[in-house]
Amino acid sequence: MHRFANPARFLRIITAILPWSAGASAALLPLGLYFALIGSPPDYQQGDSVRIMYVHVPAAWMALAVYSVMAASGAVALVWRHPVAELVAQAAAPIGAVFTAMCLITGSLWGQPMWGTWWVWDARLTSVLVLLFLYLGYIALVNAFDDPTRGARAGAVLALVGLVNLPIIKFSVDWWNTLHQPASVARLGGPSIDPQMLLPLFTMAGGFAAFFVTVLILRVRAELLRRKLRVLRLAQAQG
Amino acid sequence: MSAFVAVLARDLRLGLRHGADLAMVVIFFVLAALLFPFGVGPEANLLARIAAGVVWVTALLAAMLSLDRLFHADYEDGSLDQLALSPAPLAVIVLAKATAHWLTTGLPLIAVAPALGLMLRLDPAGFAPLLLAMLVGTPCLSLFGAIGAALTLGARRGGALVALVVLPLVLPVLIFGVGAVEAEVTGLGAQPHLLVLGALLAAALPLAPLAAALALRQALESA
Repeated sequence: MHRFANPARFLRIITAILPWSAGASAALLPLGLYFALIGSPPDYQQGDSVRIMYVHVPAAWMALAVYSVMAASGAVALVWRHPVAELVAQAAAPIGAVFTAMCLITGSLWGQPMWGTWWVWDARLTSVLVLLFLYLGYIALVNAFDDPTRGARAGAVLALVGLVNLPIIKFSVDWWNTLHQPASVARLGGPSIDPQMLLPLFTMAGGFAAFFVTVLILRVRAELLRRKLRVLRLAQAQG
Repeated sequence: MSAFVAVLARDLRLGLRHGADLAMVVIFFVLAALLFPFGVGPEANLLARIAAGVVWVTALLAAMLSLDRLFHADYEDGSLDQLALSPAPLAVIVLAKATAHWLTTGLPLIAVAPALGLMLRLDPAGFAPLLLAMLVGTPCLSLFGAIGAALTLGARRGGALVALVVLPLVLPVLIFGVGAVEAEVTGLGAQPHLLVLGALLAAALPLAPLAAALALRQALESA
């Protein structure tokens, strides 16, 4: 853990990972889109609108995964006073917020033809909406302080408190009778989706994950370089 | 224990001597709730339908408004540093302050809620579950609010920020608080909703002071 607390070493490691993650997202996203839009059969009931799933479901997975990354980095930052972990948590938040918004928007576009409504106040949709507000609250809180360390620490506590929402989202479809369908991929007895549809789904999910890692690295690197620049400028000004 | 009682007594005394501040929260609560008959029209059926929701939502907003009182004055004049230095665990002090906050805002809100229910034409069967739900739910607001108030200490935009941080966390209280009234009025029985609210309170009572104490430490360290 402490090996990565050195910003210079961390910068070297993420710069080494960057081409691989960028390459993976550049390969997986077009491939996944091809499978999703052309290479997979339409649903026997939903027709072609089932293809929204290949964006909607990975976005939802990423929304939860990014929040977990954020909360885990927040915990590391609080426990070990880890400066790089603070940066990672802050850099992840806007990406997660966009994934969450994407999940809600694509879900709404899918809901209109399938359920006949853009929005229902059911448990799954509401808890994802709360997740979006948690992301926005986190971003607002982190940026509300003159002292960036204070903002990062406060944000880390909030991210950990908001963690209670993740199991609520995951199990909302099992606990309440909702319009949203229950889990059909990660369930006992194997997925209930046809392999022909699982292939594009997992390709897209891999692409989304690689894309997240790439953007996260770019954001963390930019922030690290910005701080370095600031220190250099200060040193220069002091002569 | 003695620290808990001492902080509770101090905060209650301070709160009661600034009676106008307390009255303001209650007046806001009444005023905001009574805006709805003007906004949606005085039709009895419509009002009865939304009464429980209106009372809960405005109680939530009134509680948000009062949160800056929780730690802010003590943070400004340095007494929070003194409290943090005391041998009593900071979480106990937070719990005492949250309790005082509930006694000085939650209880008055509950006291005027029946009057609002009458004016909003709440179904007679809904009064008991509304009061019970508020009795269990408003302490949760004070506890979650303590986390938010501690997190935003020293922030540039305090007021709106606290609401942005706390409201997503207290949404379950609102859902089950309104659900209790609706369920009783439609004949399903309020008990399941009240039990969930009780579970929320049982979880928040030990955990929220710990999180708020952690947040307070961060605030005091960087000050």
